[in-house]
Amino acid sequence: MGQPITVTVNGEKRSAEVEPRLLLVHFIRETLRLTGTHIGCDTTHCGACTVLLDGTPVKSCTMFAVQADGQQLTTVEALAAGGTLHPIQEAFKQEHGLQCGFCTPGMMLTSLALLEEKTDPTDDDIRWAISGNICRCTGYMNIVKAVKSAAAQMKASAAVPAATAAVRS
Amino acid sequence: MLPAPFEYHAPKTMDEALGLLDELGEDAKVLAGGQSLIPLLKLRFASPAHLVDINRIKELDFIEERDGILRIGPLVRHKAAERSSLLASRYHVMADAAPQIADPIIRNRGTIAGSVAHADPSGDWGTVLLALDADLVLRSKSGSRTVKARDFFSGPFSTVLQPNEILSEIRIPAAKPQTGGAYLKLERKVGDFATVAVAVHLQMDDGKVGSAGIGLTAVGPQNLEAEKAEASLEGVRLDDAAIKQAAVLAAEAAEPKADQRGSVEYKRNVVRVFTERGLKRAYERARGGG
Repeated sequence: MGQPITVTVNGEKRSAEVEPRLLLVHFIRETLRLTGTHIGCDTTHCGACTVLLDGTPVKSCTMFAVQADGQQLTTVEALAAGGTLHPIQEAFKQEHGLQCGFCTPGMMLTSLALLEEKTDPTDDDIRWAISGNICRCTGYMNIVKAVKSAAAQMKASAAVPAATAAVRS
Repeated sequence: MLPAPFEYHAPKTMDEALGLLDELGEDAKVLAGGQSLIPLLKLRFASPAHLVDINRIKELDFIEERDGILRIGPLVRHKAAERSSLLASRYHVMADAAPQIADPIIRNRGTIAGSVAHADPSGDWGTVLLALDADLVLRSKSGSRTVKARDFFSGPFSTVLQPNEILSEIRIPAAKPQTGGAYLKLERKVGDFATVAVAVHLQMDDGKVGSAGIGLTAVGPQNLEAEKAEASLEGVRLDDAAIKQAAVLAAEAAEPKADQRGSVEYKRNVVRVFTERGLKRAYERARGGG
C-alpha cells in the first residue's frame, strides 16, 4: 500500500512510505511532525499551508506527498537557522505583521520567494505576491510594511546571501 | 479532507502515460497541476481508482512558435504564461488572462491544458482559446486527432476528450503583424471565479478587420464563442458603430444565469461593455499601442 518517497526537507533527506492519497500538508505535519505549516481552509483558498517546493510557493493541501518525491521542500522551520530569526521573521515581529499568527508561516514563505526574485519590491509587488495568502487579522498593512522592511534588511546585510542559501540547501 | 484511496502512477514518458490510460480506461484520471482535480478528489466529487501523474514527463512543458503555429504543451503552468515575453508581445489575450487566473500560488502549479480539459464554464483559458481559434491535439495510444476549441466543449465540465486520451498540445495560429487582443474579467475579489469575462482577438488587415475572435466566460453552460458578433466585424472598418453593434451581438449570445454574483440583465450588460472595451483595447494594440 505504501509508496516509498524521499524528500529533502529543509536541507535534510527524509524518507518514508506513504499512502498515495496522503496530502503533502499531512505528510509535513503528521509524518515529519513539523507543525509550523498550518491547515486553514483545506480547500486551496487561504494559503496557510504554503510551503516552497524547489523554491516555488505551493499550497501543500493541494498536492500529494508522493508528488514531492525527489524534490526540495522548505517549511517555515527552515527560516530561523541556528536559533537566529530570519530577517523576514524579525521584520514581521518588528512591524506587527501578525496578530493571531495563523497565516504567518505561509505569508513568510511566500514573501521569501518574492524577495529572492525581487530584492526591492514595491507595495504593489508585495500585495500582488501575497494575494493567495489570506489574513483575517492585520488588514495586510503591517504585513506589507514587514516585507518591505525585510527586503531592506536583506539587501543591506552582507550575511543574507549565506543565510538564504542555508534555507535552500 | 482525504480523497478516496487510489493507485498512483508517475510515468516518465508520454508513451508510458498513454499506455496506462489505454489499459485503465475510465478508472483513471490524468493529474497535471491538480488545482481543480485535487479539491474535487478531496470533496469526493470524483474518486478514480487510478491517478496518472504527468508532472514527471518533462518534455510536455513547452511554449514555442514553429511552422506558423504557437504550440503549448500540457505541462505549461499559468505562471509560465504570465511571464512569457512571447505571449506579452503578440498574444495579448493570453498575457492578459494569465495573471487574472486564481491566485499567484495556484498559478505556480495549475496548467493551461488542465484547466481547458477540466472545462469549467467559469474557466478562463477555454474562452481565450475560442477567441484565438485554437486547435486541440488529443493523443491516445493508437494515434492523435485534432479538434477545434469550439468543438471540444460539450457542456459544463464536459468535453469530447476520451478517457484514453491526453490533451497533448494546444495549437494557435501564429500571430501576424497587426494582431491585438484583450481579456477583461470581472471578479469579486482576487482568486474568485469570473462573474463575467470576455476574450477578444483581432487580426487587422489593411485598416479593416481580417478576422475577429470573441469568447465569453461564465455566461453559459460552457465557454461560449460569440459567433454573430465575430462575423459582424469581418472585413469592416472598426469604427464606433461597428464596435457597438458587435458588443450588442455578443451580449445577445450570452446565456447567463442569475446567482449571487449578479442578475441576468447585469451580466449581459457586462458582456456588452467588456466586448466594447476589449475591442477598443485590442484595436489599439493591433496598431502598435497599449
